[in-house]
Amino acid sequence: MDQLSESLIAVVKYDCPTCRLVKPVLDQLERRSLTVYTQDDPNFPAGIAQVVDDTRLEHSYRLNIETVPTLIRTEGGREVQRTVGWNRSKWEAVSRIGGLGTHLPETRPGCGSKSVEPGVAEALAVRWGEVQLTSRQIELGTLEDEVEACFERGWSDGLPVIPPTETRVQRMLAGTHRRPDEVVGIIPPNYNTCTVEKVAVNAVMAGCKPEYLPVVLTAVEAALMEDFGMHGLLATTFFATPMVVVNGPMAGQIGMNWGVNALGQGNRANATIGRTLQLVIRNVGGGVPGGVDRGMLGYPGKYTFCFAEREIDSPWESLAVERGFSPQASTVSLFAASGVQPVMDQASRHPESLTRSFAACLKVDGHPKHANAPTPVLVISPEHSRRYDEAGWPKGRLQQRLAQLLEMPVQELKTGADGIAEGISPGRVEAHQTRPKFGSGAPYIIRAGGEAGLFSAIISSWGGSKSVTREVIK
Amino acid sequence: MSEKRVLLDPTSEQKPTVRNRVERPSSLQGLTIGLLDISKNRGDVFLDQLESQLSGRGLKVNRYRKPTFTRPAPVDLQLKIASECDLIVEGLAD
Repeated sequence: MDQLSESLIAVVKYDCPTCRLVKPVLDQLERRSLTVYTQDDPNFPAGIAQVVDDTRLEHSYRLNIETVPTLIRTEGGREVQRTVGWNRSKWEAVSRIGGLGTHLPETRPGCGSKSVEPGVAEALAVRWGEVQLTSRQIELGTLEDEVEACFERGWSDGLPVIPPTETRVQRMLAGTHRRPDEVVGIIPPNYNTCTVEKVAVNAVMAGCKPEYLPVVLTAVEAALMEDFGMHGLLATTFFATPMVVVNGPMAGQIGMNWGVNALGQGNRANATIGRTLQLVIRNVGGGVPGGVDRGMLGYPGKYTFCFAEREIDSPWESLAVERGFSPQASTVSLFAASGVQPVMDQASRHPESLTRSFAACLKVDGHPKHANAPTPVLVISPEHSRRYDEAGWPKGRLQQRLAQLLEMPVQELKTGADGIAEGISPGRVEAHQTRPKFGSGAPYIIRAGGEAGLFSAIISSWGGSKSVTREVIK
Repeated sequence: MSEKRVLLDPTSEQKPTVRNRVERPSSLQGLTIGLLDISKNRGDVFLDQLESQLSGRGLKVNRYRKPTFTRPAPVDLQLKIASECDLIVEGLAD
């Protein structure tokens, strides 16, 4: 490269004291074909011939500037060297000019570039970025309200959604290392291809933060696992809908709630992760109530149903560990959930008594005369958990005891028994004295809830779906 | 104010394409009729009735059964039905 093709680029902003400090150095460098890009004040630095107004930050974005001042040497139009902040020897090395700023201190740190300020980077990625989003662009009319526009296009579950602008979707995609065009799966009921980008668009609408996106993507993937049977779950006339349970360190990292009101409203991560899964089924899969969603009544869990297991003070292995995952893994488990049934026992002080209470309440799940019913979830509160912890009962012992107590006398289950036609056909059970309430013996057991309250919860299931668990990969 | 506002489509962007149904046969004579039990309670009662009436008219009837009503029919079963029948009746509700 000949000398003529060499040039220097400095990126500065007036707001940065170090940039103002190096003004005399920029004057020195001017004779070596220096171009200065200025981020905030086009009049700074005064007296330099080649000052480019970069208040739109295009050059700063394209040059990938994180700190100002940044000094770059190019040869033949290509960058060969750069330095950030002020450091005399480094500036002399990059510029190949000695005796720079001899009256200045040796070194001074720079300031943050305006192009990487919070909220700015994503907007610049949309404006100048090379990664193009491929979703169809829908231009709104001048008088059209953004939120109303989403309602009118049928994208909402009935509550307002955050309008999915390009900037918001770019910001959401920063939450994952996965490419926007990567296919997550084929979404029932219409079996449409769903990309990471489409999940991100729906996550924006649901109100997610970018850091939730890996959990959301895992939840979508879990819903598509064969065992989970998402199509049937959507189509059934029964109440069931996906319930998301998160285990492992990520639950805490993204601020999920496993404590007070864990199954209720008020926590952004819980609310929006569950909601995104529902919106993906609706918008990408085409599953809408009255269409393929034939829920006879439905229930509020169909807006969102997501919480984390309370692992912090539990001596029991978590749901995820029970299913073979490492305690360090973050996982998403899905259940076909059909509503919450309270268990109220304020008197039991010993595990046996409390276990009998649980069994008695579990027996009526769905119908008191149903046997081999789908496995429900028993969410045990801290106060109830304490009964087992104090007595040293491991989780397995509780499950074993519940399975024993949930063997029901066939005589009580037969059709017609107790004057109720619902029940088991006599021919199917003659060989047995008892039948298990649940095909799996005992319910799934998860800990959650606030410190006060001698209650627990039974979450009914649905027979066409098996619970699944999947590890979160960022 | 004049900057255009753009939202990204959250749907699968599938344009609805109009697909015509297969034309109904003018007569059942000579056709093979499939009866698909989706394993829903008492669906077999309905299909048994249909079979006896159709067979009574001298029509050829094949019976099929899905393993569970909660999932789509396995692909093999779909192909089997498609290759063996001219038309199919399924008992959908209980």
